[in-house]
Amino acid sequence: MGMFLMPSLGADMDEGTLLEWMVAPGDEVKKGQVVAVVDTAKSAIDVEVFETGVVAELLIEPGTLVPVGTPLARIEVQGAGKSAPDAASVVEPARVAESVVESAPEPVAEPAPSAPLPHLAPPIRHLMHQFGLKPGDVRGSGPDGQITRKDVLAAAGESGGIAVAAAPVPTIPAPPAPPSRPRVTPRARRLAQQRGIDLNAVQTSGPVTGADVESFTPKAKTPVDRSAAMRKATAALMSRAAREIPHYYVVNTFDITATLEWLREFNAGRKPRDRVLPAVLFLRATVLAAQAVPEMNGTWEDEYVPSAGVDLGVAVATRTGGLVTPRIVAAQDLDLSGLMAHLTDLVKRAKAGRLKGGELQPGSITVSSLADNGPDLLYGVIYPPQVALVGVGGVAPRPFVVDGELAVRTTVTVTVSADHRATDGRTGARFLAALGKALTHPEEL
Amino acid sequence: MNDTQARELVLTALADVAPEIDTGTFDPDTSLRDGAELDSMDFLAYVSGVSEALALDVPEDDYDRLDTVNSAIAYVVEKASA
Repeated sequence: MGMFLMPSLGADMDEGTLLEWMVAPGDEVKKGQVVAVVDTAKSAIDVEVFETGVVAELLIEPGTLVPVGTPLARIEVQGAGKSAPDAASVVEPARVAESVVESAPEPVAEPAPSAPLPHLAPPIRHLMHQFGLKPGDVRGSGPDGQITRKDVLAAAGESGGIAVAAAPVPTIPAPPAPPSRPRVTPRARRLAQQRGIDLNAVQTSGPVTGADVESFTPKAKTPVDRSAAMRKATAALMSRAAREIPHYYVVNTFDITATLEWLREFNAGRKPRDRVLPAVLFLRATVLAAQAVPEMNGTWEDEYVPSAGVDLGVAVATRTGGLVTPRIVAAQDLDLSGLMAHLTDLVKRAKAGRLKGGELQPGSITVSSLADNGPDLLYGVIYPPQVALVGVGGVAPRPFVVDGELAVRTTVTVTVSADHRATDGRTGARFLAALGKALTHPEEL
Repeated sequence: MNDTQARELVLTALADVAPEIDTGTFDPDTSLRDGAELDSMDFLAYVSGVSEALALDVPEDDYDRLDTVNSAIAYVVEKASA
């Protein structure tokens, strides 16, 4: 028997709202399966289960805000036997989002103490965190009122958090019946997913149908303002980048007049929704350069770890003024149209605050583009633990030398920020040259 | 299609892309790309919305004509009656 707990999706996350169950009691679940949707400060996140088993009981109603570590569901784990449950049988939520804050070295924020608190050893603090207990919830029996492991387990048992070893059956105050979830047609679910609509917000008397979702206006839903949390996450991550990463930069300006002409023709026969934006050219060129120079496509974890595929991070400004950098996994497998479709979906969901856990994990290289806002060039800060970031400046007509003559051409300046621990300028220059070659040879994109 | 219908069509397409814009008080002569902070992807989604509502192809050459609400209304009226 195991417990599926409210996961911590970032060091600044103390609590989360269970938005939706994707499973019902009796359902078999497989490791990695999305079983619930949780709303955090940054986004609604699909949460995956870490074990294979059968859902025994759902303990929390959708719409409930609960502390991190609160048991959300009871899961009968296959092969775990029927022996008395203990703390080790807790089903850890899958590592969902190694979110930006989580990767920052800042300590986990403790709740503001109202009285001096005893010192907590990290394993004890971790255990309490797992059970959603605060220091004030546990009476210490050790010397000087020190909290021991036993105290935490006892308090967790008392508070109904989780069964301790002595108890034969978990005694968890739970809703008597599984939450009544509105029935949803597959089309409605698909539409809602496409549009980033929370199905719980769609009011109907009967099953939620596609028409209900279509007629649902986003204005009706209360927008979650995540700007403060995003600012904090960006601050922590960028501080870490500035502290740890010795950046160097290589810059070049490319004449993309012919490439844009090629793209015009590429788009001419297509409906607006199927057209490819110039921004996608930069993504594709970055993917090709990352494949050509694998020293720039990976992460620094005391030493350089190359990435097998190109998991392309894309910096997206949200409507509330924040920044998220979701990734496109295995971007090397997507052509221009595929990248465009993926990017459209990703940006739409990022702006609506509806990303999947896996998308918030760091990619292997990131592109940041300010092309729409007009600055000539952008010196970006690398997204740890990556080792390179491609900054794309504004696309505009500029003086440029062609065949020894000064001409007006449409150009773009690309800046590669790179980690000097992982590579030297020579490698950065090779990467930039590969990127420029792709950008000026669109037929190879 | 008259002006009122065209305005409705344009504002609906805009609201789909940028729900935070108050279309009641929005200056219809403001550049959507500069003023409303629609990025290229938002603008493409808005153009797609207009195009699909009109059941009409909007070529890239016409994008500038959709840059303000008023110019877009004129464009829609012209194309719908063509």
